[in-house]
Amino acid sequence: MALISNRKDSVAVVGVGTTDYGNLPEHDATSLGIWALRNAAEDAGIALDQIDGLVVQRLSDYQKFIQITAMSPRLVTATPGAGRMTGGTIQIAVQAILSGLLDTVAVVYGNDGRSAGARYGGKDDNYGTGADQMWFPYGMTSPGAIHAMAFQRHAAMYGTTSEQLGAISVAFRRHALLNPTAVMRKPITLDDYLAARYICEPLRLLDYCLINDGGVAMILTSGERARDMKQKPVYVRGLAQVSRLAQGELPEDFGYAAMQRASQRVHELAGVGREDIDALMIYDNFTPTVIFTLEGFGYCPRGEGGRFVEGGRLELGGQYPTNTNGGHLSDSYMQGWNLNAEAVRQLRGGLPDRQVPGAQFVQYLQGGPLSTSIIYGTEPN
Amino acid sequence: MNTYAKPLPAITEQSRPFWDAARQGRLELPRCDHCSAFHTYFEPWCNACGREGVHWDGLSGRGRIWANCRFHKAYFAGFQDDMPYNVAIVELDEGPRLVTNIVGLAHGTLDEMPIGMPVQAVFDAVTDAVTLVKFRPAEAA
Repeated sequence: MALISNRKDSVAVVGVGTTDYGNLPEHDATSLGIWALRNAAEDAGIALDQIDGLVVQRLSDYQKFIQITAMSPRLVTATPGAGRMTGGTIQIAVQAILSGLLDTVAVVYGNDGRSAGARYGGKDDNYGTGADQMWFPYGMTSPGAIHAMAFQRHAAMYGTTSEQLGAISVAFRRHALLNPTAVMRKPITLDDYLAARYICEPLRLLDYCLINDGGVAMILTSGERARDMKQKPVYVRGLAQVSRLAQGELPEDFGYAAMQRASQRVHELAGVGREDIDALMIYDNFTPTVIFTLEGFGYCPRGEGGRFVEGGRLELGGQYPTNTNGGHLSDSYMQGWNLNAEAVRQLRGGLPDRQVPGAQFVQYLQGGPLSTSIIYGTEPN
Repeated sequence: MNTYAKPLPAITEQSRPFWDAARQGRLELPRCDHCSAFHTYFEPWCNACGREGVHWDGLSGRGRIWANCRFHKAYFAGFQDDMPYNVAIVELDEGPRLVTNIVGLAHGTLDEMPIGMPVQAVFDAVTDAVTLVKFRPAEAA
């Protein structure tokens, strides 16, 4: 017998659970993950003991998680808390199910960053080699500063403007106004955007995502099992990741080459082109990332991302409704997880106020050092 | 007592020649023994050709601004009094890129230090033990 069954089947998301987002000091990251998973299991109509694989991200105490949930999975593993790991964490679940090793896998994310005082930037925020010698003495730190510098290069090369960044911020806030659970629901205009204070110039407060407490969980299983479950299955049509870690934190091509490779692969696997995609979920830690990601994944020509986001193209009713829950900028910085949850909810259909009509395919785009994309669809491959 | 409150580099045995050279007003970086690539990290491995072994080599200190930004939020208490302050990445004529501050500007605003502007290294002895490599606008040719 072969080690694995080489199951010839599809993978579907059958449960999605989210917690409240905001300041939730009565919960730590593990507790938030448990809350999310309980909601996901209820959504899926299954008991926790029917889950045979558990992959947790960011919530570091997997032992407490198991003790409190009294699960007995056949796989337990944990991935680091960086948002770049989100696509890969989902990939582990997909691989385990496709291989036949596991039947039903929960991916669970818990983040108590707001109440625990998570800091992005400063001496404890140190990726890769050398920042403590070559960055900090000059005051260089923080993902925001990296993105400010990258945007400056993009602006110098292609003429991209702050107003174009503002169009992204305003679009996602408009979506948050249609999402009752989004954290930031105060309407903003482009003038409000331009009046916001600088954090790391040229980026302003409204270019930055929102650090909050919260959790998200998804339950995945084989397409065969999914057919008889409570919810309409949402299929993982394709998934691809390409690392560009070797190019450092600020690659001179804005990550374009790595994203192009991931893009080609994910569309091949999914069997659908960009023209088939009904909505996008773009990892928006900072507004410039959205521009780099749209270019890298081929939604607009290289260098044209700034012009592409103008004129409401990313808004509901536009060509590519993007981050319809408000994204990291206005829903909450759940490090890609709330975007994947929103992709599934859009494809189930029937969302009040913010439903993309007739959505059949939604693509998750994660730029950054572990460029990853997932195409979800209403039908299996 | 005049204490320096900004972060100081965590100098290691691998990086000490860089900091020793800076104290003497010279810019040196590790260079691959095999393919001659300069590195801005302090490891014995080359990320260009994959082989082991580096030596130290001098650079001209001339370069151009490759990226820039200006901090309006203090992530390090020692920078509080400098706010807002600039940070740049300078691409040296020899190829490697260094994170640095641009000095010698009238106001320190980003429009005074555009991407592509020629700059020259200056050596700022911030403590007895540590000299930082900063850059100023290059003299007109």
